Amino acid sequence: MRGTRLGDRLLQLYTWIIIVWLSSPIAVMILFGFNDKKSKSNTSWQGFTLRWYAELFDISDLTVALRNSLVIAAVSTVITVVIGTMLGLALGRHRFRGKGLTNFLVFAAISTPELVMGASLLSLFVSGNVPRDANTIIVAHVLFSVSFVVVTVRARIVTLDPSLEEAARDLGATAWGTFRQVTLPSIMPGVMAGAMLSFALSIDDYVVTSFVNGSTVTFPLWIVGAVKTGIPPQVNVMGTLIFGIGVLIAIGNAVAARRRT
Amino acid sequence: MRRLTPYLLALPSWMWLGIFLVVPMAAMASVSLQTGNAIDGFAMTFSVSNYGDALGRYSTQLLRSLLYGGLATVAMLVIGYPVAYWIAFKGGTRKSVYLFLLLLPFFVSFVLRTISWNFLLSDNGILFGTLKGWGLLPADFHVLATTFAVVGGLTYNFLPFMILPIYVALERVDPRVVEAAQDLYATRAAAFRRVVLPLSLPGVFAGVLMTFVPATADPINAQILGGTANTMIGNIIQTEYLTNLNYPTASALSFTLMAVLLVGIFIYARALGTENVLEAAAR
Repeated sequence: MRGTRLGDRLLQLYTWIIIVWLSSPIAVMILFGFNDKKSKSNTSWQGFTLRWYAELFDISDLTVALRNSLVIAAVSTVITVVIGTMLGLALGRHRFRGKGLTNFLVFAAISTPELVMGASLLSLFVSGNVPRDANTIIVAHVLFSVSFVVVTVRARIVTLDPSLEEAARDLGATAWGTFRQVTLPSIMPGVMAGAMLSFALSIDDYVVTSFVNGSTVTFPLWIVGAVKTGIPPQVNVMGTLIFGIGVLIAIGNAVAARRRT
Repeated sequence: MRRLTPYLLALPSWMWLGIFLVVPMAAMASVSLQTGNAIDGFAMTFSVSNYGDALGRYSTQLLRSLLYGGLATVAMLVIGYPVAYWIAFKGGTRKSVYLFLLLLPFFVSFVLRTISWNFLLSDNGILFGTLKGWGLLPADFHVLATTFAVVGGLTYNFLPFMILPIYVALERVDPRVVEAAQDLYATRAAAFRRVVLPLSLPGVFAGVLMTFVPATADPINAQILGGTANTMIGNIIQTEYLTNLNYPTASALSFTLMAVLLVGIFIYARALGTENVLEAAAR
């Protein structure tokens, strides 16, 4: 018995070591957003400053890249959530021809390597002489996010008792009214999870975007472009702020979910 | 009208996936058989030899990618399984807290995380520079631009995708089943090997699937953490497409990579049932 308890202790310690390992680059990122660097490169600690927070938007093309990323993430999330929820409902609630093929397509969109997705989209755009800009980036981001919304919404809808919707219909609600007042509120956690996931996937994407961006630069593309010359501390600050906001939203969402149950 | 509902609901996604997933694959297949150059344009010549040429030139990088992806996947499995096991069986009421901590890195951009590693591991950076200053490491010690750095980066970046599906599978294992095995005089090791491990295999399969594919096709880790000797197929495809504008070669390479990966995936998916894999992917 003592042996097993020791084993559990060691496993617990091990789990914490992995958590620390996974988080260490985040700590570095946050810390060096406060580094009072004098030289060009931001690689050694030279004292604490809040200067980079004050000068956050001083690098204009970086600011533009961040704004592009936020706009693209917002627009592609809205499109993704609408069409993904619709398909999730169809797959979770209805029988129809081509359901197997649809499942296959949803699965294929998740499992296609990003690189191949980007390359094939570029092949299409090159073949069709489609100019690459923010629109083609949005097209690509909806493509790789939509399946995640479909899957989260479907997972939610299959746990919802269909007799609730039938009851609403029996009480005289229209199809749209039933959806608005019964179905949608019940699947909302799935829709929200899908929305947050697609926003996060969009704002984070480098590989697919690098194929279809044309001359539009997003936040991850700007960072990779700046690797050779050195990442300015403003990037750390932006990363820190995105991290902080993301964590706050996730915690808020978890607390809200706990309150509902 | 009711009978049309599912079709109307599915239509927008069908169109999106059809136009931007299926048609591009066809476009890529077509481009991969063309010849020409970026200035004069490309013409369809059904040059199957493009594949032979591309593979002849870049088979090293393709094999290296499969090797790196494979090594990273094995490393993730070995590192991740005990974590998933401990959280599933011993996490108690704080399971979701541990899972949240494991997912923290996802709140930071993938690119930025990889750059942070480049920074942490740099030859004279805060870690090795300090150790070298104390004389604990030889002055020419380096990790960046080695196989270890790239495989380590891949392992780091995709580890949560391995842990989560294994956790989901283990979480469904009823602890009473394990107790029953022990009541029937199975040792702890035997109970694990003959009861827990087989029940967790769907999670392991899903985890392998969710990590091997993106790790093998990833260009970022090799670009930021590797050197010229660590170039992966992803870097080649990016360069051929975006810098050399050599679309036929790049398309042939992408198609080959996808064929190799998809054949593997669908053997897995068949064995498991598509729904299972998707379910695991959803959590």
